[in-house]
Amino acid sequence: MALLQTTDSVPLGAQDEQRNSSALSRWLSRHAAILLVGLFMLILPAVAGDFILVQVFGWAMILGIIALSLMFLAGYGGMVSLAQMTVAGVSGYMITVFGASSLPTISLFWPWWVAAPIAIAIAVAFGALTGVLASRTEGIYTLMITLAIAAAFFYLTLQNWPIFNGFAGFTTIPAPVAFGINWKHPLPLYYLILFFAALSYLLVVYVARSPFGLALQGIRDNPRRMEAIGYNVTAHRVAGFAFAALIASIGGILMVWLNNQISPGSTGVEASIDLLIIAVVGGLGHPIGAFLGAIIYVVLRTFALDSLVAVGLDGRRFQTLIGLTFLVIVLFSPDGVIGLWRRWVARARTTGGRSRS
Amino acid sequence: MTTAFGNERPADGAKRGDALGRWIGRHPVGALVLAVVVIFALWLVLAPWPPGFEAIFGKKRLFINALFNGITLGGLYFLVATGFTLIFGLMRNVNLAHGSLYLFGGYMGYEATQWTGSWLFSYVIAFISCAIVGVAMQFLIFRRMEGEDLRQTLVTLGLSIVFSDLMVWVWGGNAIQIDTPDWLLGPVSTPIVVAVKSSGEAVFLRYPSVRLVIFAAALVIGIGMWLALHRTRIGVMIRAGVDDRDMLSVLGYRVQLLFVIVFAFGAGLAGMAGIVGGTFQSISLGEDSHFLLASLQVVIVGGMGSIPGAALGAIIIGCAEQFGQTYFQNYATVLTFVIMVVVLAIRPQGLLGRR
Repeated sequence: MALLQTTDSVPLGAQDEQRNSSALSRWLSRHAAILLVGLFMLILPAVAGDFILVQVFGWAMILGIIALSLMFLAGYGGMVSLAQMTVAGVSGYMITVFGASSLPTISLFWPWWVAAPIAIAIAVAFGALTGVLASRTEGIYTLMITLAIAAAFFYLTLQNWPIFNGFAGFTTIPAPVAFGINWKHPLPLYYLILFFAALSYLLVVYVARSPFGLALQGIRDNPRRMEAIGYNVTAHRVAGFAFAALIASIGGILMVWLNNQISPGSTGVEASIDLLIIAVVGGLGHPIGAFLGAIIYVVLRTFALDSLVAVGLDGRRFQTLIGLTFLVIVLFSPDGVIGLWRRWVARARTTGGRSRS
Repeated sequence: MTTAFGNERPADGAKRGDALGRWIGRHPVGALVLAVVVIFALWLVLAPWPPGFEAIFGKKRLFINALFNGITLGGLYFLVATGFTLIFGLMRNVNLAHGSLYLFGGYMGYEATQWTGSWLFSYVIAFISCAIVGVAMQFLIFRRMEGEDLRQTLVTLGLSIVFSDLMVWVWGGNAIQIDTPDWLLGPVSTPIVVAVKSSGEAVFLRYPSVRLVIFAAALVIGIGMWLALHRTRIGVMIRAGVDDRDMLSVLGYRVQLLFVIVFAFGAGLAGMAGIVGGTFQSISLGEDSHFLLASLQVVIVGGMGSIPGAALGAIIIGCAEQFGQTYFQNYATVLTFVIMVVVLAIRPQGLLGRR
């Protein structure tokens, strides 16, 4: 389980309680990387076209949000859930059932401010139920049970016509018009996704340092000891699943609004597995890993075809490329890209220190 | 702490009989209910249904067909899931590439029947080719990351993605059907009455002989495995390894060799099941995740690392799928899922699993 124990036990920035004038500059330098990324994302629309904006960065941020929920469960809770894409799928399907789509026989066409909360509530309830089931067992069993749940939901959506419209799924589910802005246009949609990506990132960082998050990390490291101290292990695990479901359900709704459709394929077993790949490739050690993994995945997915053809290979072997990338990461850097970065920084520091002394 | 052999049960038959008697003595009501259920089930299968009964539950033919399809499908699931459960029980390795091995075996068997024309010989080819892949996986990868079960699982996940993509490359995305050999073509009559004609003449069930033969083969393999596990030296070693791997290794047995053997055998069985599946239904892209899911459900219901559990779970899941498809099509998978949830809620370790 070495993979799971790489999160910081001392959260970044927990010690800086200084009240002197250098606090601000220290805070800035400590968070320089994330602030730079945020600034870059804010001014990106000035330089990038609509395709790059929405289909690459927007899609990556949505996958990042859903992968973030998996990272929270796996990294802080020690529970590797393959059902997070399913949770996103539940909220995505529910927003089409309660909101608008091209199928008036199923959709109820309620306004977005009614449909979205209902979809999120149902998805959170589903996530919590998954947690109740998964907490009956531990470790690797969690992965198997959640995989079975994900597959069961996939086959349900495939076979069920009254609610999920079978393999055809739903089309024409645009983002709504709200506050005088039509959110389906690329620029508003991009900023909407960026807002929720930043919000869920900050939420996870905050919750990870809260008493609840710390208790969850304690349970990850030693459930028996936490039980002995008096923590209700099962309740914490289920609450962890519910919180992760909240984040995943936001991602699910955005996913539907971006793709303009949802079908069994969007939440199938392969999508769930891709999500795990994203989280692991990025690294389960820090929330930013989910977004790193997502951008790597989306860039590979978008440009692999052309680059494979360019080096004389069959462009359709994209899945092999993804699988091999994943294998290399798991075999040689179990803590993902984050781990590579951390080791590189550590080495730069030691060599830098040596040259100065 | 128990020793490696501490959990071994007394094997002689006399004590087994006593155990049954004692169980009835301890649970008289339970035994009565069980007896009534068994008799009712036998009546359901053997007797022609009265018209009022058929009006409520539909034609008996449907019911019997669903039952037979479910049990034979269970036989197929058993073949796939035993390897999965053995590998998990012994090595704590959740082999998510097990479905890929099934598919690979099916394709290799298809190639073998195309080349040699012999259906039986293709089983040998499928077994050997999948066993080689299994040995390579254990020898090259899993041996290097022992005890890291999550990392192993992730590796099997990556392998399954690469395997399935490579198989699409070689064999394309179309479904492939393996031809049933001539001597197994066509249905056989069974002594089960499905309906009574107005003339009073009984109509007997006719059922594809290939399915019955394959179910019999699964039964033989299951019993053979049980015997091998309980009557041979290597079987004792495997059971001891499932109970306490470290203790077995301390006692001086070659655990690594055992791992390779079990991985090869489990993978080979999955490969043979691929031919069975290719003859029953068809093999195509996506079947790997279907059978991976089936194996997962079977071992979750039956119990991890238990062969009898795999058999019980396979029959339950197979029947649930077939009855679901016959009686409530829209929610067929929900039925198997509900069974899994109920088992997890009552016995998290599975019906025949041990803590």
